[in-house]
Amino acid sequence: MSEQLIQQFINGLLIGCVYALIAIGLTLIWGVMNIVNFAHGDFLMLSMYISFWSYTLWGIDPVLAIPICAVLLFALGLLVYKFAVSKVMNGPMLAQVVVTFGVSIFIANAAVLVWTPDFRLIDKPLLAGTWNFGSVQVSIPKLVASAGSVLVTGALLLFLNRTRTGKAILATEMNRDSALLMGVNTDRVNALSFGIGAGLVGVAGAFLSMYYYIYPQVGGMFGTISFCIVALGGFGSISGAFIAGLLVGLVQTLGGYFFDPAYKYAIVFGLYLVIVWIRPQGLRGW
Amino acid sequence: MLEFDRVSVGYKDLTVIHDVSFRVGEGEVVSLVGSNGAGKSTILRAIAGLLTPSRGEIRLRGQAIHRTPAYEIVKRRVAMVPEGRQLFGRLSVWDNLQMGAYTLRSKREIAESLKEVLALFPILEDRRDQRAETLSGGEQQQLAIARGLMSRPELLLLDEPSLGIMPKLVTEIFRTIREISKKGITVLLVEQNVFEALEVADRAYVLQTGRIVLEGPGAELQRSDLVRHAYLGSSGLAEAAGEEARP
Repeated sequence: MSEQLIQQFINGLLIGCVYALIAIGLTLIWGVMNIVNFAHGDFLMLSMYISFWSYTLWGIDPVLAIPICAVLLFALGLLVYKFAVSKVMNGPMLAQVVVTFGVSIFIANAAVLVWTPDFRLIDKPLLAGTWNFGSVQVSIPKLVASAGSVLVTGALLLFLNRTRTGKAILATEMNRDSALLMGVNTDRVNALSFGIGAGLVGVAGAFLSMYYYIYPQVGGMFGTISFCIVALGGFGSISGAFIAGLLVGLVQTLGGYFFDPAYKYAIVFGLYLVIVWIRPQGLRGW
Repeated sequence: MLEFDRVSVGYKDLTVIHDVSFRVGEGEVVSLVGSNGAGKSTILRAIAGLLTPSRGEIRLRGQAIHRTPAYEIVKRRVAMVPEGRQLFGRLSVWDNLQMGAYTLRSKREIAESLKEVLALFPILEDRRDQRAETLSGGEQQQLAIARGLMSRPELLLLDEPSLGIMPKLVTEIFRTIREISKKGITVLLVEQNVFEALEVADRAYVLQTGRIVLEGPGAELQRSDLVRHAYLGSSGLAEAAGEEARP
């Protein structure tokens, strides 16, 4: 009984770390630009397909595909910002919502058209199997994915807090006009942040492709959960998103364990509603 | 150094400044005074590139800058200290100062800037690792001015530096403005604290509802009926404006 509980706890932490990485990309974009990127989940799906096709066509293992996914998604983020999002940056909020929503629908449907709705799986990734500690099993790809997510989050925090460009991103997030007055090209910061946000979800997609089914709608639930994590952690807060990511991972698996796995998402969103009710700014927002 | 030539500027459909002209000479301290809503801050925001005029021209050393984005203006040695400080609250004092030097590339230049601003505001050295949002109002204002000076400006735009500061510290802020001016930095000051602003100014302009109604040396304006009536709260403003306004 207790070993099962430990197993669920570990599973929760493992998926929570990946959730956190996905949500951090989203919260970075929100923090800098006040835009919710509804295409975030679809970016994740694209990254998983990039990893899948790199493996299938050229035999590149998902671990080695991580930098490819990161760079391609970063470039995609820049393009989406330049050709879609930047056009409505000064427009009403609804225009911004519609743009990223439109990008989302386009990517999801294009994926169905090009790759069919079939479920795919990378059959023999380099990292496979489990480590057994008594009756508690730890999946190696999941462990690597979560450790990698923690490392990438740490690298992002170092970049933001220690580099000139990172501080310019933080400054823009805190006060756009003041950043402009310091000489920061805030439009370039927007593009960079959108690119980094997409790059982060690209890394998460490569990690997930090691053990998760890949299909055109795979981004939907991850996207929705990451919105929930961003709101829980506090819009724009990276540390908040990290904590909330772990929390959601734990609630999802432990909720499934104590009640019924069928209710795990209902429990996650129930928790979200409760926190919004008690603390609308989220854990570390405003 | 700066010419503001028949400029109209505002926010979206609302024009706040109508056909306003004035100039700021090299090394001068020029004050723009007027009541709340007269359009003083709008003028500074237009010079700094945060607003684009609908009419007229703003020239810096003879070159038009009214279509230049704000992040380029600071490279031309113009720095603005905005109203309400507008610091990067969650960044440390040190990081705020470093952000002020964002356009400087050489480490030597940044170190020199730091040395100079810390000589003016030694308290910031003690507070270097503190988050900017945790400083007192007076310290925040010092940090805001210091951050503006970090880019080594030749023209400093100060927007309401005495706003929300304890009266004892207001004198200190104006003493600092004199010191900044002694370093050869041109200062354009926007203030509601009219008598202090005129005291420190070589020349000043009085702004009412988006138009300049009076100009002259600071000491002379201090004696003018318009200023005394309008800013000491007495009646007779319209009368005085009629007598002294120079359209």
